[in-house]
Amino acid sequence: MSTEANRMQSEPESPQEISHDRREFLKQCAAAAPLLLAIVQIAEEAAASANDESYKPEEHYYGMGIDVNKCIGCGRCADACKTENNVPREPFYFRTWVERYVLTTDGETVVTSPNGGIDGFPSTMSERGILRTFFVPKLCNHCANPPCVQVCPVGATFITRDGVVLVDKDYCIGCRYCIQACPYGARFLHPITRTAEKCTFCYHRVVRGNVPACVEVCPTGARIFGDVRARSSPLARFTRFNEVQVLKPQLNTAPKVYYANLDGEVR
Amino acid sequence: MQDIAQQLTNILQQVSGYIYPNEVELQWGLLVVVYPYITGLVAGAFILASLERVFNVKEVEPTYRLALLTALAFLLIAPLPLLLHLGHPERSFEIFLTPNVHSAMAMFGFVYAWYLAVVLLLEIWFDYRKDLVLWARNERGLRKWIHLMLTLGATDLSEQSVEFDRKAVRFITIMGIPSAFLLHGYVGFIFGSVKANPWWSSVLIPVVFLFSAMVSGIALVLMLYLLTGLVRRSFEMTCLDKLASFLFYALVVDFSLEILDFIHRLYEAEESIKILGTMISTRLFLSLVVLQTLAGTVLPLICLAFVSPAFGSRALVRFPDELRRLLYLASATLIQIGIFSTRWNVVIGGQLFSKSLRGLTVYKMELLGLEGFFVAVLLMAAPFFLLYILVKILPPWKEEITTPVPNRFRAIDL
Amino acid sequence: MPQQVNRLAIVFLILVSSLIGARHYLVPTTFGDLGHYRAAAIDANASKPLIYAGHEACGTCHPDIVKTHDEARHRSVACEVCHGAQAAHAESPGEHQPPAPRQRGFCPLCHGYDPSRPTGFPQIDPVSHNPGRPCITCHNPHAPVPPHTPQECSACHGEIARTKALSKHAALPCNMCHQVAERHKITPLLSTPSKPQTREFCGKCHGQEAKAPAEIARVNLSTHGERYVCWQCHYAHSPEAQ
Repeated sequence: MSTEANRMQSEPESPQEISHDRREFLKQCAAAAPLLLAIVQIAEEAAASANDESYKPEEHYYGMGIDVNKCIGCGRCADACKTENNVPREPFYFRTWVERYVLTTDGETVVTSPNGGIDGFPSTMSERGILRTFFVPKLCNHCANPPCVQVCPVGATFITRDGVVLVDKDYCIGCRYCIQACPYGARFLHPITRTAEKCTFCYHRVVRGNVPACVEVCPTGARIFGDVRARSSPLARFTRFNEVQVLKPQLNTAPKVYYANLDGEVR
Repeated sequence: MQDIAQQLTNILQQVSGYIYPNEVELQWGLLVVVYPYITGLVAGAFILASLERVFNVKEVEPTYRLALLTALAFLLIAPLPLLLHLGHPERSFEIFLTPNVHSAMAMFGFVYAWYLAVVLLLEIWFDYRKDLVLWARNERGLRKWIHLMLTLGATDLSEQSVEFDRKAVRFITIMGIPSAFLLHGYVGFIFGSVKANPWWSSVLIPVVFLFSAMVSGIALVLMLYLLTGLVRRSFEMTCLDKLASFLFYALVVDFSLEILDFIHRLYEAEESIKILGTMISTRLFLSLVVLQTLAGTVLPLICLAFVSPAFGSRALVRFPDELRRLLYLASATLIQIGIFSTRWNVVIGGQLFSKSLRGLTVYKMELLGLEGFFVAVLLMAAPFFLLYILVKILPPWKEEITTPVPNRFRAIDL
Repeated sequence: MPQQVNRLAIVFLILVSSLIGARHYLVPTTFGDLGHYRAAAIDANASKPLIYAGHEACGTCHPDIVKTHDEARHRSVACEVCHGAQAAHAESPGEHQPPAPRQRGFCPLCHGYDPSRPTGFPQIDPVSHNPGRPCITCHNPHAPVPPHTPQECSACHGEIARTKALSKHAALPCNMCHQVAERHKITPLLSTPSKPQTREFCGKCHGQEAKAPAEIARVNLSTHGERYVCWQCHYAHSPEAQ
């Protein structure tokens, strides 16, 4: 206001006028403070989000493809999984394992998985008796309709937006219902934490753009990891060019691990 | 960790066929067998009590309060096997905080709390209130204060008040029957709804659980009534006969359901039939064929059919009272063993075969340790100690009510 | 209201309010944000440390090895399959030295003969294949071309060879029935061996008028299984009829 401005440039004001100006100034400060605070907060958040991972779970929906014809049963996957995820090395706790099937000409089917296949497989019977024989890697199928999530009484296991079934080991009460409900034997109770545990698709690797440890070390590319919904990815190609099956489809768990060349004897 | 590893190594050596590597360790052991057994007794004892109140079966009236106290004693102990079994019992309250409504097990918190508070405690309170007030008036010392506290200050003994009590008991009992079904039925549903397990996944399991619960509950009250009656030298033979008749009827229904399940399984002969057949004939032969079926069901059925007045007012074969009592006690004992074996066969049996349907493992019951044999025995004995205390505080015997109490079936005139 | 109901109502109210109060304090803060679970658990799972570095990490410091490796047969074999999990080495290379498996027992984990391994996968018998010498004597693990091109088909087709060795066709060389270009040993899938096409091929030994040793089984080609080619019933590598 021009009269005030004029006044400020003229002789010293009376005390009342001075205090009036001070009041105005303080009012303006008070008005500006929230705005300043907001600006500072926005700046902080911007700085923080610049450091955040730019991983957006809603852009992904993970699955795995396994080509049974490529698996050589070397067990490197089962070994790497235990290393990466610090799983107890005793032969009773597996997040993933390899099974060997031997179908004999007599009509028998013999399945073995010594220590999950980590140390390889011992030599087998004479070739003459063999009708078909192959290796099948197994792991948690990260079902889209998971029976384990359905039965957890407290909500300690769940499926993320990117399709990975995880366990909250700080909330799990160790009732073991999920282990009973899994049709694939993929879960176990960790002997030390006393909570349920299973394959996590190496979630800590996946959110950083890596692949799970088992996929990383598979020497023949029998395991393929990727987005089930992507138009172009190795998994998309895999499901386009192979007749894929899932394990126990009649249970309607909608598994997201797709097996190519899966033999009918595999359970 | 070391001894777990040693145990599991031993088990691994006894595996036959192929099991998934994670299936070596049985997840639900002896404690999870004890829990449905205990809640089954609760539900069965309560149903028996309700027979008297709701269906006016006067002969079993002497057992009414005893059955309620038995149900309460066992219900209070029931969560203990579960707590001991959990990997993290200190987190067990999460079931109350964030129950997953899709999970049958989450219902435990609410069904249990409902049954304990609203059905059992309320019914006992309403039924005993008048006597509590009268006892508190005529006693001294600690007993007086306990009884006075238990009245919660509701000391009005007017005609309307007592009539309200009676109506409340009847109402709660009627509500309690489906609640008792739910209390034990949900346990059956926990197993019956697991599609991954062909031994468990069945529509019949909740129903079989329920009826075997009724059988075991009635058998328990019969045993308790008989034994306490022998000790106190006062019991009614007609009551025992009626209990035995009801036991027989319940056993017939239970056996029919189990036979139905068996026939149905054999007839459909689904993929799992081979491994299940092997399991029954090897691992479960003693507990299923011998203990559950022959000794626990067929033998008591035959005995009760002939000895109890199940088919009319007189038994098919008349035995003198002492012998009849002995046979009732023997039948009830065999039935308890049989029902416990039923629970064992369901829980343990469901985990003995692999979900790959290609192999069998073994269950090594520990002796010591939290999931061991001794703890299980302790857990099953504890309710009896609790019952003893309850009986001391809330005597269920008619003769010990010091003030004359007119027949409860008539309106009270004061 | 009857006195009982009043008293019970008081007890009930006390219980319910204490439960509600407890619930307010005890339910974890992130529970229910994304679903019926603690949203904080996602971070708990996602923030675990990496133990395997991933094969892309190696090229930064070892570009020449990676280049050789990626052009050779072991291109699908990640570095850490043989050298172990090396995220620690990628972080601070000086402090953690990756092991290099040089003992004979290592390579047969993949390459030791096993009939369940797919046909065409190179396998050797660890006992008889150059006994005592470490594999790396002849095979550079980053470019594992064998020093000589294998002469025997059994080098890659062990199961077929061993099946055939137990059968009546044991004495027959593979190229009696299959014509194989030398290229097949270098790029197997681009140059596949031929297979017999006609019944008369088997008839060269098994026909009634065949000029072949007398102990070979003979059939009348015009009547025996006349609508089929021979291998629709007889597996040529183990042709014993039941």
